[in-house]
Amino acid sequence: MFPDTKRLYFDLTVWIGSLALAFGLLATDALAERTRVSADNPVWRAECGSCHVAYPPTLLSSPQWRAQMAALDRHFGTNAAVDAAAAAEIGAFLEANAGRDRGTVQAASGLPRITTSTWFVKEHRAVRPGDWTSNVVKSAANCGACHAGAERGDFDEHMVRIPR
Amino acid sequence: MNRWSISLAIAALALVAGLSTAGPRELLAGYEAAARQSAPAFAGFSAARGARFFGETHGGEWSCSTCHTLSPAAGGRHAKTGKSIAPLAPAANAERFSDAATTEKWFRRNCNDVLNRECTPQEKGDVLTWLLTVR
Repeated sequence: MFPDTKRLYFDLTVWIGSLALAFGLLATDALAERTRVSADNPVWRAECGSCHVAYPPTLLSSPQWRAQMAALDRHFGTNAAVDAAAAAEIGAFLEANAGRDRGTVQAASGLPRITTSTWFVKEHRAVRPGDWTSNVVKSAANCGACHAGAERGDFDEHMVRIPR
Repeated sequence: MNRWSISLAIAALALVAGLSTAGPRELLAGYEAAARQSAPAFAGFSAARGARFFGETHGGEWSCSTCHTLSPAAGGRHAKTGKSIAPLAPAANAERFSDAATTEKWFRRNCNDVLNRECTPQEKGDVLTWLLTVR
């Protein structure tokens, strides 16, 4: 093979590779745009989405998130403290995307608790008591057990499937 | 594009990739150094001791296995929230023990839940030695 042909093949490979990558990135972005329902932040998702679903920021008000973040070392029975940089980023993200005060009640610890709030109880009135405690669901904190899109912040009631 | 700049770029990428991942063996070496320093009588890590430690409770309500199960090549579930947990054994999940900061964060958090204190380098090394034997 002549050196010129070799060069052409090399250039072609680089071009095709780059175009495929660019197209892939655009497609991923477009797909994400279509399926993303609520605000997202990688630090928030990693830190607040490990033990439970990363609860969408709209579920609590700004002062309630501030109270939550100030007491991470006493977080519903566990020490969930994060380092200062992560705390600052997560706090800012939560407050920037917070919802209105929905009349969220306080847990015994004084922290706002989403799952015992009036609106939450009302939205879940069709759920049988046994559903909450079944081995698959375990707890009201396990949103994903019935809301398949919970990780994306999708709580559309038409998509709910209670495992029974 | 010349060949040299491409090779250089590949070498730089490999270097960055190498620096950002520690790997379980490197972490284990770190625990060994720390264990030697804190306990002069340190006599190595034991997979059997690690397995026992993992399955027992230590004063609290939970053991490591309450959430991670006794077969850490399979996934577990959070004891309280029910959220699924990816496998802990590196053989089943290459992400595990691939980053020192993440590993330390979870040892700190979970040891606090199980033992009400941080784990010692000996305890971490025993558990990791055992997890590395799990296929």
